[in-house]
Amino acid sequence: MKRPLLEVTDLKKHFFLHSGPLGGGAATVYAVDGVSFAIDRAETLALVGESGCGKSTVGRCILRLFDITGGRVVLDGKRIDDLSAGALRPFRRRVQVVFQDPFSSLNPRMRVRDILAEPIRNFRLAKSGADLAARVDRLLDVVRLSRDAARRWPHEFSGGQRQRIGIARALAAEPDLIVCDEAVSALDVSVKAQIVNLLYDLQQELALAMLFISHDLAIVEHMTHRVAVMYLGKIVELAPKRALFAGPKHPYTQALLSAVPVAEPGAARQRIILKGDVPSPIDPPKGCRFHTRCPYAFERCRAEEPALRPTAGGHLAACHLHDLPVAQNPLAAAA
Amino acid sequence: MPLLEVNSLQTHFRTPDGVNRAVDGVSFQVGEGETLAVVGESGCGKSVTANSILRLIPEPPGKIAGSIRFRGVDLLQLSDKEMRRVRGNDISMIFQEPMTSLNPVLTVGRQLGETLRLHQRVSRRQADARAVEMLRLVGIPEAKRRLGEYPHQLSGGMRQRVMIAIALSCRPKLLIADEPTTALDVTIQAQILDLMKDLKAKVGAAIILITHDLGIVAEVAERVMVMYAGRKVEEASVEKLFRTPRHPYTQGLFGAVPKLGSSLAGHATKLAEIPGLVPSLKQRIPGCVFATRCASATDLCRQSAPALELKASGHLAACHYAPKEALAA
Repeated sequence: MKRPLLEVTDLKKHFFLHSGPLGGGAATVYAVDGVSFAIDRAETLALVGESGCGKSTVGRCILRLFDITGGRVVLDGKRIDDLSAGALRPFRRRVQVVFQDPFSSLNPRMRVRDILAEPIRNFRLAKSGADLAARVDRLLDVVRLSRDAARRWPHEFSGGQRQRIGIARALAAEPDLIVCDEAVSALDVSVKAQIVNLLYDLQQELALAMLFISHDLAIVEHMTHRVAVMYLGKIVELAPKRALFAGPKHPYTQALLSAVPVAEPGAARQRIILKGDVPSPIDPPKGCRFHTRCPYAFERCRAEEPALRPTAGGHLAACHLHDLPVAQNPLAAAA
Repeated sequence: MPLLEVNSLQTHFRTPDGVNRAVDGVSFQVGEGETLAVVGESGCGKSVTANSILRLIPEPPGKIAGSIRFRGVDLLQLSDKEMRRVRGNDISMIFQEPMTSLNPVLTVGRQLGETLRLHQRVSRRQADARAVEMLRLVGIPEAKRRLGEYPHQLSGGMRQRVMIAIALSCRPKLLIADEPTTALDVTIQAQILDLMKDLKAKVGAAIILITHDLGIVAEVAERVMVMYAGRKVEEASVEKLFRTPRHPYTQGLFGAVPKLGSSLAGHATKLAEIPGLVPSLKQRIPGCVFATRCASATDLCRQSAPALELKASGHLAACHYAPKEALAA
C-alpha cells in the first residue's frame, strides 16, 4: 500500500485551565479528543464543523504550533509530534499554513519582497541573490500578482491581494502540505471566488496536498476530495466528497447540510433544525457527544460512545444507528 | 402609502482625503409587513443605508441628504427628541454582533425592560412580565431565570435571541436586521432564521434584511435590492431576481457563489470571478460604477451613468445594456 503523506492517529489536544483569582476551578478543555485521518499526496481533505469543534486546533497540532497531548502525527513516514525544535526544522518547510485574516497575518513593517524571501532564506532554498529574486518574482506570478508588488508594503493591498501574498509565502518554502485555516472566510463574495479559484488551480498545477479547514460547506464541496466532519473534538464522519454530500451517514452531517441556506427561492426543503447549542468541550456529554441534540438519539447513545467505523457507501461514521436493522435506520435510506 | 419611502438618500462622510460617498442617491420603498433584502459586498453602503434610516450616523463627519418618509413623516426633519421616540419603538434594529450590542454589565431583564419603560408607560412589574413573555416568544427556555443573567452567561445564539426580543418588545412596524446571523454557526443560523420567519407571521413587522448571503435572501425575503459602490444597481422580487438577474454585477455575484450539491451535478467547474476591486468612493465616478469590472462595458458605460430603468414589470436595473422585456401596458 502507498504510504500517505500525512497520517494522524488518535490525536488529542487538551488545554488545562488554571483556577482564576476569583476561585474559578481548574478545568480541562477537551478541544481535540482522539482524531485520526490521513492525507495522500496531491489530495485535499476538508475539516468542517462549527466554531469550537476543534478543527483549527487539529490544524495547529499538525503545524506543531502546539505540543500535542496524545496520539501521533506522522509526516511521510517520520513521526514529527515528538521532535525537538531543531530536528523539526526540515519538516517545518514541508508543512506550511495560510491563515484566515489577511490583515494580521502579514507583518506590516516588511515589504512584500522580504515577506516572501524570509522562508526562502530560512530554509536556504536559493543558490544566490539572483536566484532569490527570481524565486520571489515567480511566486508573485503564481499567485497572479504583478511583479512590482515586491517593492510595496502590505497596507497597500486589498484583502484579497493580501491573501494572495499569504498564499505565496506559504508556497515559498516549497511545501508538500498546506494547511488552509479558514483561508477564504474573511473575504467578500467576489474576492472569495478569486481566491478559491487560485487555490484550486495551485492544487492542480503544483500537486499540493491540502488540509482545508472551513465552516463553509459549499466551498468545501467545491474545493476538496474528501471531507471530515468534526463535532466537539471528534470526527463524526469522514467520506469522499460526493458520497458525503449525496447521503450523509451521521445525523450531525445531515443537519449541517440541511441548515445551509440555498440560493433558490421557493425551494421546498426538509430542514432539520437542531435544538439548543453545542455543549461545552470542558464537560462533553457522556456516550455519543451529539446525543443531546440528535433527533434520533436512543438509549444506547447516552451510555456508549460510538466508534468511527466503515458504513455503506465508503463512509466512516461514528453512529449507533448503523447497528440497527436497515428499516429502523433513518440514515440508511439516503443513497 | 408605503410604510417607508426613501428618496435619493445620500450619506457622505468627510474624510481627510476627500468626501466618501458611502451612499449616493438611493431610493426604495418598503410596504407594510414586507421583507426587503439589501444585498451587496462590504463597502457597498448597505449598512450605512440602514443606519441612515435610524439616523445613527454621527454628524459630522457624516451628512445625510434626501428624504426618509416613515408613514408619511420625514425622519430627517425630526428633532433629536422626536427621533428618540421612533428608535426602538416604531423602528428597531438588530445588529450583527450580539456580544457588542448588548451591555455586558446589565442583566438581560434590565435591558429588555429599558426599551419597554422608555417607550411605553409601564411599571417595572409590567415590564418584567412583558420581558418574560418576549423571551418565551423568541424561544428562550427558563425565561424567568434568564432575566437575571448577564450577556456573557448566554451563548451566541441565545444573545441574538435576546437582541430580537428587545427589538420586538415594543411591537415595531419596521425591523432593520443588519447581518443578523453572520456571526453565528450554520445550525444556530438556521434556528434564528426560522425564528425570524415565525415571528414575522406573529408580529407582522416589515423587515429590512441586510446580508451578503444569497441563500438567506432566497429563504427570507420577498423583494431584493442589490447595492454596489453606494448605489442601487438592481431591484426585483426574489423570484425574478434569482431567475433572471439583469445587472452584470448581480449576475457576477450569482456566478461567484458555489452551490451546495455542485459535486453531484457533475464535474467541478471553476467559479465565475468578478475581476478587479470595488472602486474608491472618494472620487466622483462619471459613468457606471461597475464599468471597471464589467466584461461588457463600453465607452458609453464609462462616460454616462445608467439610470435605474424598468427592464421588466417590477424589475429595475441600472445598466445600459440589460435586455428589456416588452412591458404589459
